[in-house]
Amino acid sequence: MTLKIVASQCTSCSACEPECPNVAISEKNGTFVIDPKKCTECIGHFDVPQCAAVCPVDDTCVIDNAYPRYQPTA
Amino acid sequence: MHASTQQENAVGMNAVGMDEKLAEVMQAKAEHQGCGTSGGSGKASCGSSAGQGDLPTEIWEKVKNHPCYSEEAHHHYARMHVAVAPACNIQCNYCNRKYDCANESRPGVVSEKLTPEQAAKKVLAVASTIPQMTVLGIAGPGDPLANPEKTFKTFELINRTAPDIKLCLSTNGLALPDHVDTIAGFNVDHVTITINMVDPEVGAKIYPWVFWKHKRYTGYEAAKLLTDRQMLGLEMLTERGILCKVNSVMIPGINDKHLVEVNRAVKSRGAFLHNIMPLISSPEHGTVFGLNGQRGPTAQELKALQDECEGEMNMMRHCRQCRADAVGLLGEDRSAEFTTDKIMAMEVNYDLDSRKAYQALVEEERVAKVAAKQEELEALAGEQSDIKLLTAVATKGSGLINEHFGHAKEFQVWELSTAGAKFVGHRRVDLYCQGGYGEEDSLETIIRAINDCHAVFVAKIGGCPKADLIKAGIEPVDTFAHEFIEKSAITWFKEYLNKVKTGEIVHTARGDAEIRQGALINAA
Repeated sequence: MTLKIVASQCTSCSACEPECPNVAISEKNGTFVIDPKKCTECIGHFDVPQCAAVCPVDDTCVIDNAYPRYQPTA
Repeated sequence: MHASTQQENAVGMNAVGMDEKLAEVMQAKAEHQGCGTSGGSGKASCGSSAGQGDLPTEIWEKVKNHPCYSEEAHHHYARMHVAVAPACNIQCNYCNRKYDCANESRPGVVSEKLTPEQAAKKVLAVASTIPQMTVLGIAGPGDPLANPEKTFKTFELINRTAPDIKLCLSTNGLALPDHVDTIAGFNVDHVTITINMVDPEVGAKIYPWVFWKHKRYTGYEAAKLLTDRQMLGLEMLTERGILCKVNSVMIPGINDKHLVEVNRAVKSRGAFLHNIMPLISSPEHGTVFGLNGQRGPTAQELKALQDECEGEMNMMRHCRQCRADAVGLLGEDRSAEFTTDKIMAMEVNYDLDSRKAYQALVEEERVAKVAAKQEELEALAGEQSDIKLLTAVATKGSGLINEHFGHAKEFQVWELSTAGAKFVGHRRVDLYCQGGYGEEDSLETIIRAINDCHAVFVAKIGGCPKADLIKAGIEPVDTFAHEFIEKSAITWFKEYLNKVKTGEIVHTARGDAEIRQGALINAA
């Protein structure tokens, strides 16, 4: 899995962008998006996904069930 | 962050109106004493009053052209904010970043965010158009120090292209200790910290969470972290000689009484100015406080708290709670003239010499006013009375009663006593886009806003509103049209005292007044 940003809720405040340890977040069409290929749900970096922790709007940075669970490589 | 607005000061001096203005000023008898030169004590309030007063020269030099740090300066000098810092590292119950409306204005809400490069261009464009623009602030819409790269890149660009412009910033303080040296390095000599509590128990009711060092903290822990960082940051700034203003949002039932303690705490750490602002809270803002029915303070509650904190500490009374993209004099908003599209298309000719020449004229005007203001103070000599009352004044600026009652978007409020006339704040009465304030009840809105006043001074007023004001117990006074506020108010007050003495009228206390919600935008 990866996280995704619910575009309709994103205020485009950019707080998540610099917090992402994988540089997976960028601005696109006025809101921010997470590149599912780069997102690791912050596993191995932090206890909680940083984008969700810093986001000012609840339930905006959420797990994207369309992708399989991230598997850290040893 | 900050909160409400107005515009008595249509001192909007473009070069054209200057001669006329200077002429007006030369015949001036009186102007502002500043918002706190309460006759007796001679204590300069609102940063600084009409002149240097008891301020040391190095501090006077820093505040004299800063509209937020000097009540008197705000009639002459303009500021602008650039919205380069959208991210925030804390959540406040009075803020909702999601809500936005073109016709609405509150701190934390901006029309568009800028890159540092766009911001630098905008500053040059504004500085070339408005020569009295002396201060550039970064106030969000998030927290400048949660966006350190963008904030400092903007400062760097402006330092390079417009070195005469003062830089300042407004922060919640969480990240402040990490950046104090950088701030000092950019010669920023004004920093505002929003401090709503020094007790984490109180803070837990205001801040649901803070994000610090990769972790979200909640409750007591979050507030404890925030207050510790704020106090540390404040101490580090004042140690370096950087002037600090503390903004506090007054939230009745949550921190209203506690703000006296906050005042003591920041005073002891060297804060220069304390700005206690009313909570802006309305359900349509979608904030936690707006939705749970938390009310803001009434005008009298706010004034009582400001009065209580006014001692050794300077209190700011002229705050209009402006937006993070405001442009112009406090109380006017010219941001619509400087949208990104417009500034990018603008030919900018930044002429430092003409700015300096213009500002020299402004200084002459100020000196003339200060020299002319003594007379009215003597008018009350010998008067003895315990009566203290409030009056509202319709003014476009220049210290004159020069606005038509029906055209006023805000009223200045002056407290009169035998100690003199003291400016104690502004009351907004402009029509707000939401909440059903239609034309027909605008008079009612005005009466609610100045209901604690005994009289309202106007340049002109129609028969209908006159009758309604009298019915509401507020005396409309139009006999001092285009005269100086303080002198007129004192003359009226002397007559009032005489009438009380002779038994012609009986002095009675007035009720409370309402504070309008939302910051002023000219488009409203």
